[in-house]
Amino acid sequence: MQLHTLTVHQLSQLLADKEVSSLELTQAYLERIRQKDHELQAFVTVTGEQALAQARLVDEQRLGGEELFALAGIPMAVQDNICTAGVKTTCASRMLSHYIPPADATVMGRLRKAGSVLIGKANLDEFGIGSSTGHSACPDTRNPFDLRAVPGGSGGGAAAAVAAGEAAFALGSDTGGDIRQPAAFCGVIGLKPTYGYVPRTGLISYASSLDQIGPFARDLKDLALILKTICGHDAGDSTSALLEVSDFRESLSNDSNDIKGLKIGLPKEYFAAGVSPGVAARLQEAITKLEELGARCVEVTLPHTEVAAAAHYALSCAEASSNLARYDGVRYGLRVEGEDVQNMFMKTRGQGFGSAVKRSIMLGTHVLSSAHYDDYYTQALKVRTLNSQDFAQAFEQVDCLLTPATLTTAPQKSDLAGDSLALVHSHRCTLPANLAGLPALSLPYGLSEGMPVGLQLIGRHFDEQTLLRVAYTLEQNTDQTRPQPNPADRK
Amino acid sequence: MKITPKDVERLAFVSRLELTDEEKTAYTRSLQESLSYLDLLKQADTTAVEAAERVLPMINLFREDKAQPGLASELVFANAPEEEDGAFKVPRIL
Amino acid sequence: MSTYEAVIGLEVHVELKTQSKLFCGCATEFGQEPNTQVCPVCLGLPGSTGVLNKKVVELAVKAGLALNCQIGLTTWFDRKNYYYPDLPKGYQISQVFRPIAAEGYLDIEVDGRSKRIHITRAHMEEDPGKLVHSGGSITTSHSSCVDYNRSGIPLIEIVSEPEIRSGAEAKAYLEKLKAILEYTGVSDVKMEQGSLRCDANVSVRPAGTTALGTKTEIKNMNSFRAVQRAIEYEVARQMAVLEDGDAVIQETRGWDENKGITLAMRNKENPDYRCFIDPELPHIQLTPEWIEEVKATLPELPDARRKRLMEEHGLPAYDAGIITSSLALAEFFAAALEKFPDAKLISNWMMGELLRLLNAQAMELSEAKVTPDVLAKLLELIKKGTISNKIGKEVFELMFKEGKEPEEIVKEKGLVQISDAGQLTQILTEVIARNPKSVEDFQAGKEQAIGFLVGQVMKATKGQANPGVVNTMLREILTKG
Repeated sequence: MQLHTLTVHQLSQLLADKEVSSLELTQAYLERIRQKDHELQAFVTVTGEQALAQARLVDEQRLGGEELFALAGIPMAVQDNICTAGVKTTCASRMLSHYIPPADATVMGRLRKAGSVLIGKANLDEFGIGSSTGHSACPDTRNPFDLRAVPGGSGGGAAAAVAAGEAAFALGSDTGGDIRQPAAFCGVIGLKPTYGYVPRTGLISYASSLDQIGPFARDLKDLALILKTICGHDAGDSTSALLEVSDFRESLSNDSNDIKGLKIGLPKEYFAAGVSPGVAARLQEAITKLEELGARCVEVTLPHTEVAAAAHYALSCAEASSNLARYDGVRYGLRVEGEDVQNMFMKTRGQGFGSAVKRSIMLGTHVLSSAHYDDYYTQALKVRTLNSQDFAQAFEQVDCLLTPATLTTAPQKSDLAGDSLALVHSHRCTLPANLAGLPALSLPYGLSEGMPVGLQLIGRHFDEQTLLRVAYTLEQNTDQTRPQPNPADRK
Repeated sequence: MKITPKDVERLAFVSRLELTDEEKTAYTRSLQESLSYLDLLKQADTTAVEAAERVLPMINLFREDKAQPGLASELVFANAPEEEDGAFKVPRIL
Repeated sequence: MSTYEAVIGLEVHVELKTQSKLFCGCATEFGQEPNTQVCPVCLGLPGSTGVLNKKVVELAVKAGLALNCQIGLTTWFDRKNYYYPDLPKGYQISQVFRPIAAEGYLDIEVDGRSKRIHITRAHMEEDPGKLVHSGGSITTSHSSCVDYNRSGIPLIEIVSEPEIRSGAEAKAYLEKLKAILEYTGVSDVKMEQGSLRCDANVSVRPAGTTALGTKTEIKNMNSFRAVQRAIEYEVARQMAVLEDGDAVIQETRGWDENKGITLAMRNKENPDYRCFIDPELPHIQLTPEWIEEVKATLPELPDARRKRLMEEHGLPAYDAGIITSSLALAEFFAAALEKFPDAKLISNWMMGELLRLLNAQAMELSEAKVTPDVLAKLLELIKKGTISNKIGKEVFELMFKEGKEPEEIVKEKGLVQISDAGQLTQILTEVIARNPKSVEDFQAGKEQAIGFLVGQVMKATKGQANPGVVNTMLREILTKG
């Protein structure tokens, strides 16, 4: 049995039927990591012993006849900027290379309660700042479809782990496309929920008004299951929405007429420039398929798309410059000694942060400085309003939007050298949804020259259901949504 | 605007980042690129547009004034670079 | 020498009286072991998120209303970014752009003259931690230690307009501010525990001009008296600088209590705080109805109480001012008055004996054992003539120290006044026999000689004789004889 290619709900059934134990399942995944991860480098930390202990506990509970959640005993990867009590949480930064949080992130606590087995902490661009998982203090993660290609970023480790069968699902965080872009590059599903839907407590902040935790999964049922587990109000997080969580699985109907009459907007700005022919072709096939299934696809316009990306850049750097100020060598993390305390700050931060992080901090410092505040910061906040208005107008006409998740498939690492704006360019399709706080889902749709293509669905605030519904309909009616990196695994 | 090595030095100091000479040179170029890109913001007509520091309306999330025990001492200092007598030790201030 | 005018504005930080901190549930108790009242939020651990303590908003609004401020219906928190080891997140959560309260005032009285000092703003913010300099001062220590127990304790910062003109006015402003905050229950306002801290912005300018001179910011003042002295010193210093034809340098200066001077502080860069609205904290939206509800909970404030003591109880302005200067004194007065309805007499005893003893021992009223109840009983004893006024003072001292009932003290020490002629005759006879010169003088018409004789009787009875009775009896005996 190829346990590592199965979905969570398939594994869950095997566990329930006692065809396999959690321990065996965890061992199988650990073995898979042992075989694969020296090449892929998806993990910063593999929590082998703890995972086995957790799996044994779930097995005992199952044997004891306890009623278990569907996620019980399922091995998962959690991105290394989400706090795990007693397990190193490094943000892939030298600054936090030995940091052990005293408490779990809220989402981590919810998953532990559901019985999920933490198998390891996934690599990312340092503090989430990057688009290739090449800006990590750890070795660069590689793309399971082509080891010379990047897995995307910042959540490349989590995406690669799920794609390569090193974890059944994963959690990452999305500030500007950090879940959706790597999901697209690695051929898995990634969702950035509505801002505030998933608690941020324990997510190590990059840009607080944009950051959102979300899942990587292999199919839509899995996604709905994870989402239901992690969504919902947290009284300890001021940005957490006070909202009932719906059972997302109800959005997954097998009625093939389910999207009949649904209006899907195609924002022309996303299709205008730079979409590679391979991506454009797959996208067109998806549109045709959706129309066949009864949806109506119409062109809409989001006129501030380009300037929204610049606003996102200004705001994310500004917030990062403030959020990353706490790393000063006093209470935790790296300290590099200096002759006085300010000199210690300079040395600690100069040596603790990597180059992309330092650039973001300095740019953010510039953006917030009183001399430039109005030109950059206030102006970016106003553009944020324009961007939200664009989406609001589009959603008056349509139920959701369909765009490419990325303009190209995963680039080769060698093609990326030295572009300081790589992050903005690589995330240009995904940034506006963060800026507007909207839910957005990246769904694999076929291959282009052997590499996965991702399409993106963007919905109204707290309307994850529509995204799940459309994606599920495509999943059920095509064979395009589960590209496999290694055909040998599919026997 | 034009970014000079002096500007980079000032930004690095305000951000408390000690940079090597090579870094200063590299950042002078890359911050220039970034700021030129941000000039795109000026193209947007934002007259009569409100600034939105957050995307969803959020008001009045409160907690009641109740004291709770803090972190256990071993957790407080678990990650501390230097501890002395129950406090975080730092080099001289001035 | 040309005449100069001092221009002084005060920034006062006041810790609010809450159980828990501004954004986390850690306790706010003073004087605990270092770093025992801390959690991920107030230590700024990665990934921590906080939620606003509702009580802080209520207390801030209360303070704002008591200071006659406008309350902002929409307000929020901003981040003030700077690097200092006591600041765990690298930014302080404060209110820069939209303070919760603004445009208020309070009235002070100096040298019998009343003056209104306007308040620019009062805003909420979090306190940083506390630095302890091992083995010396901030300038000489090789290292320092940080205690974050104070980190995240809610503060309001109250900023005055630069309308204060002297150290004495500054002291009066602080005393009034302290009384108001104490009356409203907003803060403990204990300067020695750091729950009230004051910085002063000081500049001088030629009298009659309106342009502001270069200012200095004075820190490290640990009492109201120190604020007054520091300002007086700094004003004189700046005037001397200008007289010498030099310019005042804009800088931060520390008050050296022992030397009685201000000194420029090193390394106080004037940072660009890069303030922006905190993206993690929701706006605060208040309704006029809720503000009215808070207003209804405000107690009688010092000015109103003072007026009432003058109008209803006929106290002189000076007495009423002192008694209402602290809530404890005012409450003591009110309680005593309930038992013994002579306002002026109570006031005399409080201003005389009570405050004298408190000052002599540097005690707070709350620490003294004497209660309004026993003061009233003491005054009753004096009124009935059981003891003399003079013995009363002795008894009061014992009440103050030991907290005993006055009757008990009087009984124990045998201090009951002797007014009985039978008991006194013997002593009077002896005194007359021993002082023939004074008797002669009195009989020759020297009126003051009787005073000496009364004094001798008092001495002989250890003060217990009723001086009025003695006087009458002496006159009777001597004029007859």
